[in-house]
Amino acid sequence: MIEVRNLVKRYGPHTAVDHLSFTVEQGQIYGFLGPNGAGKSTTMNIMTGYLAATEGQVLIDGCDIFEDPEAAKRNIGYLPELPPLYLDMFVEEYLLFVADLKGIEKSRRKQYVDEVLELTHITHVRQRLIRNLSKGYRQRVGLAQAVLGYPKVIILDEPTVGLDPKQIIEIRDVVKSLGKKHTVILSSHILSEISSVCDHVMIIAKGKLVASDTPENLSHTLAAANRLNLTIRGTQEQAEKALTGLPGLLAMDWKGSSESGAVDVELRSGKESDIRDDVFRALSKADLPILGMASGQMSLEDVFLELTGEKAAQAVLPEEGEEVDA
Amino acid sequence: MLAVYKREFKAFFTNMIGFIFIAFLLLITGIYSTAYNFSGYYPNFEFSLNNVSFIFAFVVPLLTMRVMAEDKRQNTDQLLFTSPVSVGKIIIGKYLAMVTILLITVAALCVYPLILSMYGSVNFGSAYGAIVGFFFLGAALIAIGMFLSSLTESQLIAAVVTLGVLLALYLMSYLATLISPTAFASFAAFTVVVIIVAALLFLMTKNIIPSVILFAVCEAVLAILYFMKPALLEGRFRGFLEQLALFDRYQVFVSNGIFDLTTIVYYLTIVVLFLFFCVQAIEKRRWS
Repeated sequence: MIEVRNLVKRYGPHTAVDHLSFTVEQGQIYGFLGPNGAGKSTTMNIMTGYLAATEGQVLIDGCDIFEDPEAAKRNIGYLPELPPLYLDMFVEEYLLFVADLKGIEKSRRKQYVDEVLELTHITHVRQRLIRNLSKGYRQRVGLAQAVLGYPKVIILDEPTVGLDPKQIIEIRDVVKSLGKKHTVILSSHILSEISSVCDHVMIIAKGKLVASDTPENLSHTLAAANRLNLTIRGTQEQAEKALTGLPGLLAMDWKGSSESGAVDVELRSGKESDIRDDVFRALSKADLPILGMASGQMSLEDVFLELTGEKAAQAVLPEEGEEVDA
Repeated sequence: MLAVYKREFKAFFTNMIGFIFIAFLLLITGIYSTAYNFSGYYPNFEFSLNNVSFIFAFVVPLLTMRVMAEDKRQNTDQLLFTSPVSVGKIIIGKYLAMVTILLITVAALCVYPLILSMYGSVNFGSAYGAIVGFFFLGAALIAIGMFLSSLTESQLIAAVVTLGVLLALYLMSYLATLISPTAFASFAAFTVVVIIVAALLFLMTKNIIPSVILFAVCEAVLAILYFMKPALLEGRFRGFLEQLALFDRYQVFVSNGIFDLTTIVYYLTIVVLFLFFCVQAIEKRRWS
């Protein structure tokens, strides 16, 4: 559906997007995840034809956005970071204008506008001036504008920023329902949003794609170790003695005591080994009752921090060093 | 294109600027016409129009200041330039909306010669010819203002710069007389222009080589002309400035009473040139 090849965008000496390549399949919801300034908005602006790329290629349904922009743009609905609204227009008037701009036939414009008003729950404000709408409603008008005409690809840049929790949930539901028929790409720096809505996550840091997978696979494959949190009745020395030498156990992280007469510990083992049975036997042999046992998985949050923090910094730091030298 | 045209045209009447433009232009024309034609007993409406033409320098910035700048400020340019409509068509749509406002005003002006004819004999040919010329003068100035508006996101800066440029154009023939017609003066003045153009080229491309080449080539040509055939340079800069005197061109319609097609073509060339510049300014923003 969308193919991005070797995309580079430089602003003078600063590289905002650095050889980014990915493919987007039809009928899925993709999430662009990355800290502020990672190049999410720039990438989206290039994909929609608003900005030109320094290098690289973007194909939307086979049409090159640079070579054949009008055909490519026909397949895209775009909600930029700040909704592009004419404040001096009424909601319905604005949407009819956008429909006209998108080249929707006159006979179907009214019906399409009615449908998107319904979809984004703004039918009751259709006769209001956009200037007088609250931020949440403006965002929804922006979303309605992007969906209008049912383009094959809908690109949403941080659609829920600045909204209250109820509005966020509503917008997410709209996005989920869109994902059934359209290809949706949305960007966010909020993890819970991406993991709850998207089928596929692409993590971007410093203009580079650092990971691309389903949310589950990401947290699974990137977890370097299995974690096991235990609460054991007894002292640290007793427990340590019982657990030491257990096959597969890599490390013990003593967390002190949250309950009197008991200790908390996090055990780490190899990715493939399951040590829960052995732990139980070892501790019962030493007569140390297990009060709690929970296996911890690496959350998407940890994955994100690891990928965008340390690793990305390592990848980028040498370059910065070179720049200083030069 | 039609969508952009309709929206812009409507916007001029929701934000009052269209009304103010029309009212102001008609008011000033009315005052001059009262003074010349009705109190002064001149049957030539073109005299009034000629004296009114300076008002374009004040009302055109009003019309053009927001047309590109506002889109950039409120991010609606993202909507326009990601829609399946080419940049050129968007620019033309916006331009035609402003020209339509001007056309409404000019249509109202067409009544004057008719009223005048009730009180004496009016040369309709020269009167309506002058009105048509007045329209094309306005159309050319609007194109210049639109280009200047595309360079900034501040309406105020767009308005002030346009006002300055249009006033300079209005005074251009006077400014031209200040330049001495000697060959050396022309040489020096052209050198200054070349330096400015080369500097602008450098600022826009951030690449020193083409601007240096441009400067060197132009200076070499100028120097050769100056030392070999100084007679060719005499009075040339003055002539060059006079070519830029958009407002003075309009006087052909008035003083000679002829409908001058070359002037119309000249104004249309200005329109095409500045609309092209406007498209380039937008494209440049995409690339930087």
